Amino acid sequence: MATLKVGLVSPEREIWSGEAKTVVAQTIEGSLGILPGHAPVLGILLDGSVVKIEPADGGEPVLAAVGNGFFSVAADEVSVLAEQVERGDEIDVDDAKRALDAALPLSAEDATPERRARARLRAAGIEV
Amino acid sequence: MPAQVRQLRQRIKTVKSTAKITRAQEMIATSRIVKAQQAVAASKPYADQITQALTALVTHHVGVDHPLLAEQPTDNRSAVLIVTSDRGFCGAYNANVIREAEALIRKLRDEGREPVPYVVGTKGIVWYRFRGREVAETWNGFSDRPKFGNAESVGRRLTEDFLKTDAEGGVGEIHVVYTEFVSMLTQAVRVARLVPLEIEETESSAVPPAYEFEPSAQAALDLLLPNYIESRIFHMMLQSAASFQASVRRAMKSATDNANELIGVYTRQMNQARQAAITQEISEIVGGADALAESGGE
Repeated sequence: MATLKVGLVSPEREIWSGEAKTVVAQTIEGSLGILPGHAPVLGILLDGSVVKIEPADGGEPVLAAVGNGFFSVAADEVSVLAEQVERGDEIDVDDAKRALDAALPLSAEDATPERRARARLRAAGIEV
Repeated sequence: MPAQVRQLRQRIKTVKSTAKITRAQEMIATSRIVKAQQAVAASKPYADQITQALTALVTHHVGVDHPLLAEQPTDNRSAVLIVTSDRGFCGAYNANVIREAEALIRKLRDEGREPVPYVVGTKGIVWYRFRGREVAETWNGFSDRPKFGNAESVGRRLTEDFLKTDAEGGVGEIHVVYTEFVSMLTQAVRVARLVPLEIEETESSAVPPAYEFEPSAQAALDLLLPNYIESRIFHMMLQSAASFQASVRRAMKSATDNANELIGVYTRQMNQARQAAITQEISEIVGGADALAESGGE
């Protein structure tokens, strides 16, 4: 079965790379699932969303909270680039909860911090 | 002369402790170069990917327009971003950067433009403050280990100023002076024009894929260009940090070598002085014994 070559990259380092079955990313207009053989796309990620990668070896899906970035798909190669990338298993849940509490009163003016905090919690596996 | 021997012994002790310190600094720098190089390598995938995406975008949408790509002939001010270090003990590292920056500033002035310095690193800031020169903005505290957030704040300020006009305190172009880490032994000061970006025509055999854009090519460009600029600045800062550590290592190595040489010179002087003192003592004793023998013989 064909697989996708995926790289999840932040400016400072490569967070995850390897073979995957599917990648699900959220763009400004909605969720986008990528399977092998997808047409070339360059999409903008929703600032404060979760990217889900299902590794080809059948391991646990990799969840990551991303902010301010984009992804490109070409010839079964998927790169997800974002200025903020945090893997779900590396997220400090208490810190994310505090960030959410701090962002809630301000979300009327700027919803990005709230969305980012929610994305971090979702990536860590906690529904709020 | 026992006094001279004691003095020299003291001096040797001093130089030895200096050598110990510089040797330690040298070893610290050596281990940090490796880390700084790793940081450069780790930032490469992102820089490559963003360049590739931008190339694809520009290739398939000939005539794309963005303020960051446009020349601004009406703006006469030029930003000069100078990347120096926070610490000294690095030989001519900062002096080289500042010399190149000053040459660039003179050149711009000769062309009738008005250069505006933006300074990164305490050493550069102090240099400009001491001379009472005006700078538009300064940043410090991260030259050893720059984080992407630092590059982001620098990049954001520069692009903001670029989009303003002269009258609002904006600039028409952005130059960067930084140090490139060529190898462990060679670091070269580089001068580059960052903005407006130049679209280069290259004869590349690999045609980038014809992307569809989600939601639109213009939106993708709006996001990619500032990110690309920030990633370039980040890359330059990482290069400068690695070069800084290499300069520290070299400066501390030559300091250690000099100290060891000095210890050798002082040791020889001390031995000579001690030998001279012993010889003198012997000749005094012999002289005294001879005098006694002569007086006793009578």
